[in-house]
Amino acid sequence: MKIGVVVSEGPYTHEAADTAYNFVRAALAAGHEVPRVFFYHDGVNVATRLSVPPQDERHIQNNWTALAKEHSIDLVVCIAAAQRRGILDKNEAERQGKDTDNIAEGFRISGLGQLIEMGIQTDRLVMFGD
Amino acid sequence: MSDVKKFLYVNRKAPYGTIYALESLEVVLIGAAFDQDVSLAFLDDGVFQLTRGQETDEIGVKNFSPTFRALGDYDVTKLYVERESLEERGLTEDDLQEITYEDEDDDWAEKPSIRVVSRAEMTDIMAQQDVILSF
Repeated sequence: MKIGVVVSEGPYTHEAADTAYNFVRAALAAGHEVPRVFFYHDGVNVATRLSVPPQDERHIQNNWTALAKEHSIDLVVCIAAAQRRGILDKNEAERQGKDTDNIAEGFRISGLGQLIEMGIQTDRLVMFGD
Repeated sequence: MSDVKKFLYVNRKAPYGTIYALESLEVVLIGAAFDQDVSLAFLDDGVFQLTRGQETDEIGVKNFSPTFRALGDYDVTKLYVERESLEERGLTEDDLQEITYEDEDDDWAEKPSIRVVSRAEMTDIMAQQDVILSF
């Protein structure tokens, strides 16, 4: 089965990004496909490469980057939600006159259309949040 | 699988205080371009999103409630409001904005978009969907 996943709460404050990560791993292990994960609301904050949690804690962003690389998962961050919260890729940082970008490897910024498209193209859409 | 899926956007939060309601509406507006079968559900504090007379100047955020009245132009014409959620908050349908659409299959007659339904009916509506996004 093709499963689309939405993460709609921020890392560490809320467990949604962890639960979604564990769900995706379990789904893949069970033979399902997870072509895309969409990050919305504060979920876009998962995509910052500037996160430096204590070494004895899980690194949520690195976990996602590694999982996406291993299984070719498209990690999409909503551009409107990302711009409000200061998540920028190189192009967007230059366009907005900011001195740096901060998006992590494996994530890309795109529009809400990617969320709708995921809903259309997958057999199930599973949302993690409040 | 048919080309058109039934999308339901479930709105459960008050319009202000958190960003869920506004960012839900942004998804609805973008999603309208995809020609899917779209419905919106309002329950719990989400029923406050449709109340008339919203005034947000003092809290410094945009009053986005007029946008709901434009949804008909985007072919979003089914706004289901849960009766029990209204009653639990001391609201009636009269406290909600008048939201209408022009029915192209009925000589563009103006019809109400808001449909107040019972909690039991809402469960049926949810059960009929292909994709549910919850905000």
